[in-house]
This record gives sequence, C-alpha cells and structure tokens, in this order.
Amino acid sequence: MPDLGKYAVEVLSSYGVSLGLLAVLVIASVLRARKVKAQLDEVEARSKQDG
Amino acid sequence: MSSIWEYANPKKFIATTNRLLPWVAGLALVLTTVGLVWGFFLTPDDFRQGSTVKIIYIHVPSAMMAINAWAMMLVTSLIWIVRRHHVSALAARAAAPIGAVMTLIALATGAIWGQPMWGTWWEWDPRLTSFLILFLFYLGYMALWAAIENDDTAADLTAILCLVGSVFAILSRYAVNFWNQGLHQGASVLRAGALAGDTEERVSNVFATPLFISMAGFLLLFVALVFLRTQTEIRARRMRALLARERMI
Repeated sequence: MPDLGKYAVEVLSSYGVSLGLLAVLVIASVLRARKVKAQLDEVEARSKQDG
Repeated sequence: MSSIWEYANPKKFIATTNRLLPWVAGLALVLTTVGLVWGFFLTPDDFRQGSTVKIIYIHVPSAMMAINAWAMMLVTSLIWIVRRHHVSALAARAAAPIGAVMTLIALATGAIWGQPMWGTWWEWDPRLTSFLILFLFYLGYMALWAAIENDDTAADLTAILCLVGSVFAILSRYAVNFWNQGLHQGASVLRAGALAGDTEERVSNVFATPLFISMAGFLLLFVALVFLRTQTEIRARRMRALLARERMI
C-alpha cells in the first residue's frame, strides 16, 4: 500500500466510490441481461406451442 | 463485401457481438486493472498535488467516456432519425446509463479532488456546470425512454433530446477553451503541444502511460457494456412485441 499522506481519505474514497459505481453498473447489466433472456426464451417457447 | 448496415439486423448484431463480447470484456478488465494498479501503486506523488494526483487515473477516463458516450448516442440517434434502424435507437438507449455513471464518477471524483486542491467541493465553473447539466440530460433521456410506452415514439423523442443535449456534451469538452475562467484547468492530457512532443506541455510519462492504459480500459469497458445492454434491449423489445401479440389473440 503506497503512503498517501494527508490525502489518503480523498484518494481512497475516490477509488472506492468509482469502483463501487462501476461494479453496480456491470452487475446490474449482467443480471438484467440474464433475466430478459430467460423471459424471452419462455415467451418464445409459449408462442411456438400456441402456434 | 459486407456493409455496416447488416448489423442493423438484430440477429446479426447479437451473433456478432456475442463473438466479440468475451474478448472486449476481457481486454477491458485487463487494461483497466493494469492502468489503475499501475497508477495507484507504482507512480510517485506530484510535487504540488501530492497523492491526489492518483485520482487522475479514474477522473480523466470517466470524464472522457461521459462525453464520448453522449457522442455515440448522438451518432446512433441520427442513424435512427435518418434510416429508422431499431438497433441504433436501442444502442443509444443502452449507452445512456453507462454515460450517466461515467458522468457521476467524473463529478464525484472531481469534487473529492477539488476540495483539497481548490478549497471547495464545487464551483459554478464552466466545465463543472456543463458536466452537471450533461448529467441531468442523461437522467432526462433515461426518464423519457421509460415514460413512453411506444418504442418508436420514445426513440423519436429521445433522439431529439439527444441532439439538444449534444450542445452540453460539446460544452463539457470545450468549456475551458470557450471561457478562459473558472477553477478547472484547461486541457492538458491531449494538448496539441504535448502530442507534438513539447516537453513544456507534456504530462510526464510517469503519469501519462498508466493514464492512457486506464483510458483504453474504460473505452473498452464502455464498448463491452454497450454490446451487452443493446442485446438486452433488443430482446426486451422482441418480448414486448410477442406479449402484445399474445394479448391480441
């Protein structure tokens, strides 16, 4: 861990906030992609059954 | 020879981006990690700014992508207006939350960096203000998509909003050049003199090399997320169409 001196709080909070926001964005995108794909597969299967 | 318009076909777009996505996402992860780890652990403090200079490896790439995401939305919105390709409208919709997060990161890290350097979290400076307005445009753009049920109408209205918001995206980039005032420094990373090798203008390679790697990582992260989110929007649109057909039977 580098010595961040008197600005440690500023530097660490910048990285923490940013990486946290990026993680939320990536996880939300992946989860929604999976959910929508599963829902579409279900609707397509149903519409094929119904002809 | 294949044309770029082939990718306006949703199936072709999904098939192609499915092949590219693992590579783009993997490269994004590697470059972002290398850029941030290098910048955080292996670069020295600045003689004036101390260790706060390490914020640059997040602040500059996120600010760059905040503006470039809107530029990408502008291009895809224009394609929608002119050629009526649904994939382009959905790509613009997919990019908006990514751009909003990038803008929020740039604003947050800028405020955290500004406090010790300028003595204030916020100043109604041209660049800061235009960035805040750009963030509000992102929120308005997403809200408009969510508020309108008909996809084509939503795509039309959000495309117009995107054209209007582009003024602020341009201002965000060039505000410091238009109005030579405010606390925010002028362009320094990609300044012409620096690119031409002028050592007076150039950011030291000690800082510039990990910064450019981080910028490349953020760019690829944006591309990977746009691929993934556009696929999702295409599938969601198809699902809405199928459900509407079910209701009519």
